[in-house]
Amino acid sequence: MSETESAELERFRNETRAWLEANCPPEMRKPATSDADVFWGGRNAKFSSEPQRIWFERMRDKGWTVPDWPKEYGGGGLSAAEHKVLRAEMARIGARPPLSSFGIWMLGPALLKYGNDAQKKEHLPKIAAGEIRWCQGYSEPNAGSDLASLQTRAESDGDDFIINGQKIWTSYANYADWIFCLVRTDPTAKKHDGISFILFDMTSKGVSTKPILLISGYSPFCETFFDNVRVPKSHVVGTVNRGWDVAKYLLQHERAMISGMGERGVGRPLGQIAADSVGTDGQGRLDDAMLRGQIARFDVDEAALAACAERAVDLAKAGQAHPAFSSAMKYYGTELNKRRYEILMSAGGVDALEWESERSKQGARPRAWLRTKANSIEGGTSEVMLGIVAKRILDLPGA
Amino acid sequence: MALVLTEEQSMLRDSARALISDKAPVSHLRHLRDSKDPIGFSKEFWHSFAEMGFAGLLVPEEFGGSGLGYVEAGVVMEEIGRTLMPSPFLATSVVAASALNRGGNAAQKSEYLPKIASGSLLATLAIDEGAKHRPLQTSLQAVRAGNGFKLSGAKALVVDGHVADLLIVAARTAGSAGEREWLTLFLVDPKAKGVAIERTIMVDAHNSARIEFANVEVNADSVLGEIDQGSALLDGVLDIGRGAVASEMVGLSDEVFHRTVEYLKSRKQFGKLIGEFQALQHRAAELYVDIEITRAAVMKALQALDADVAKATSAVAVAKARAGTTATRAVQEGVQMHGGMGMTDQFDIGFFMKRARVCEELFGDANYHTEQLARARGY
Repeated sequence: MSETESAELERFRNETRAWLEANCPPEMRKPATSDADVFWGGRNAKFSSEPQRIWFERMRDKGWTVPDWPKEYGGGGLSAAEHKVLRAEMARIGARPPLSSFGIWMLGPALLKYGNDAQKKEHLPKIAAGEIRWCQGYSEPNAGSDLASLQTRAESDGDDFIINGQKIWTSYANYADWIFCLVRTDPTAKKHDGISFILFDMTSKGVSTKPILLISGYSPFCETFFDNVRVPKSHVVGTVNRGWDVAKYLLQHERAMISGMGERGVGRPLGQIAADSVGTDGQGRLDDAMLRGQIARFDVDEAALAACAERAVDLAKAGQAHPAFSSAMKYYGTELNKRRYEILMSAGGVDALEWESERSKQGARPRAWLRTKANSIEGGTSEVMLGIVAKRILDLPGA
Repeated sequence: MALVLTEEQSMLRDSARALISDKAPVSHLRHLRDSKDPIGFSKEFWHSFAEMGFAGLLVPEEFGGSGLGYVEAGVVMEEIGRTLMPSPFLATSVVAASALNRGGNAAQKSEYLPKIASGSLLATLAIDEGAKHRPLQTSLQAVRAGNGFKLSGAKALVVDGHVADLLIVAARTAGSAGEREWLTLFLVDPKAKGVAIERTIMVDAHNSARIEFANVEVNADSVLGEIDQGSALLDGVLDIGRGAVASEMVGLSDEVFHRTVEYLKSRKQFGKLIGEFQALQHRAAELYVDIEITRAAVMKALQALDADVAKATSAVAVAKARAGTTATRAVQEGVQMHGGMGMTDQFDIGFFMKRARVCEELFGDANYHTEQLARARGY
């Protein structure tokens, strides 16, 4: 980097820091305490608080709900280096993301790469502005880890496709406005070759959803049914029957997102949280030597993973990243997050077992603990991730 | 700063790799071991290393060095780890050079640093005393005597101790073992009266010595840094050494891993390449992820050292702890997946296992550094 460039970047850092200090409400400088506290946007979106609204609108107006997207699509137009600075400055004050969205994390990157002009102009600005909430129609009852065996059919009818079938584990389908969906457009082709990636409105005739009650007591996922849903062929992203390319590309982003779910470096250190309930000895050490050791090992691994996540971004920028590396990160990040919650449950002891009380915020900790068990299943299981690493990165033989 | 090597650093890596893999593959270590080489490394190769500018890599340019940073030192250490080359680079060029450069006065620097850069002086830090690395437990006594001090005590795991021209000895000038205060570093001539050096042949066939000090007289000029207040200097130098050893362990782990994956792709059993078995594929994939994460943590620590040694402690603890557990896993999987061949002396993989075990003890093992992180985080 030249001196002028680093001076420019330093100026950007100072401006950004000042702007964030002036514009991020204090309430938005700590992690969300519940899912209801996260703003997902959409046609029916409601802000849970005034600071949440202010923070979202200010960031949206700067294009910083999607800082690295082009300005013409409602993004901030930041360079990779500027984006890194913005993230670091937001982390510095603990600023939470103003908008959470599968449109930002998953569909947007896929549209930027595979979408045509009309599709980009139609959908990206509404994602950036939080106007449309998206869900992902990938898994089916008989197509989980073996996603490419999906059977939801899309049959040609003039300028439209007629879609019939069922999806499952559709996150927040009951709140979503639109869906990006994998459908089989050629049942005679090999399983990876007959799939298309298509977008449609969840209010279309023939779409219905049914939430699934999970072990956490929450229903973040749905079954989603399609009964003769008519969708214009112009809603296919990329080439008909080449949807698997788009799907794979998007999965890399999904995996990168899930690997980051552990909220690394956010909030109080685990050791201090544990000290609240377990207590400390005369020297101020956690009064449970084995738990203390577990936490310390966790902290080592978490810090190392954070460095690796940073490096993954830098490698991608330098054009040196392996496309399957997000599978490696997804595997480790989700397993680590499960470890984190096992430690939190052990540290909380009896207090962490309460399911329904004000004191426990309606069992926030045990419900979050149970939620993390899905981390290593959703978006590709740990076993599938290891298989991808073995085959695509290590080039080991076999299927 | 981006966590990737710059173009210059990549070129340094390439030239170090070319030189080391050509002149000092694992067979070089095997030869030194089998011939019971009295020096324990190749002097001739050390001179070409110096000519390439590696010996003085961390020495400032005004003293004839290259004035590069810890990331660059790590790049060279990683390449050393790939072939397990015995070399004075760690003890002399990284640890001793850093101690002299960070703690030395003008006279000490101009006396020793140019000689380190030219490859003509070997130096080493003598720190450990007990079975485990516990710097604060230093109990080697330095008692004031006339204008100087008298040193009494014993050191172990002194790398290159039997060939060093200069010893940097951590001693206690007051107080008692366990205290952070009252530590002082001394520059000691290994030929001084009362110094008894025993070369210890170690499991990894790399250089190490036990050294006894019986009323060894040193003058006041031989103090490196502040009297009684040597802890900060020592902490920094040890962290630099830890970062370097962690880099060596990344190189070692990566090399074992590559050899193992190649074996999985060539060995057949049950009519199949063993790399087709999912049980082995997943273990190989897990190890790959472990190594990549550790590589990033080590790079982070080296960059932190370059930014400010005094603020790098936690990053270094993470790096050395991760490097230890990763290397231990890598060499064990390496031997296991090579099956019976992995157990033979004829096969190189065992050398990696042996060296990993020594690297793990050097400057504190994974347990030590995990404990340090817990303390730093206040729980």
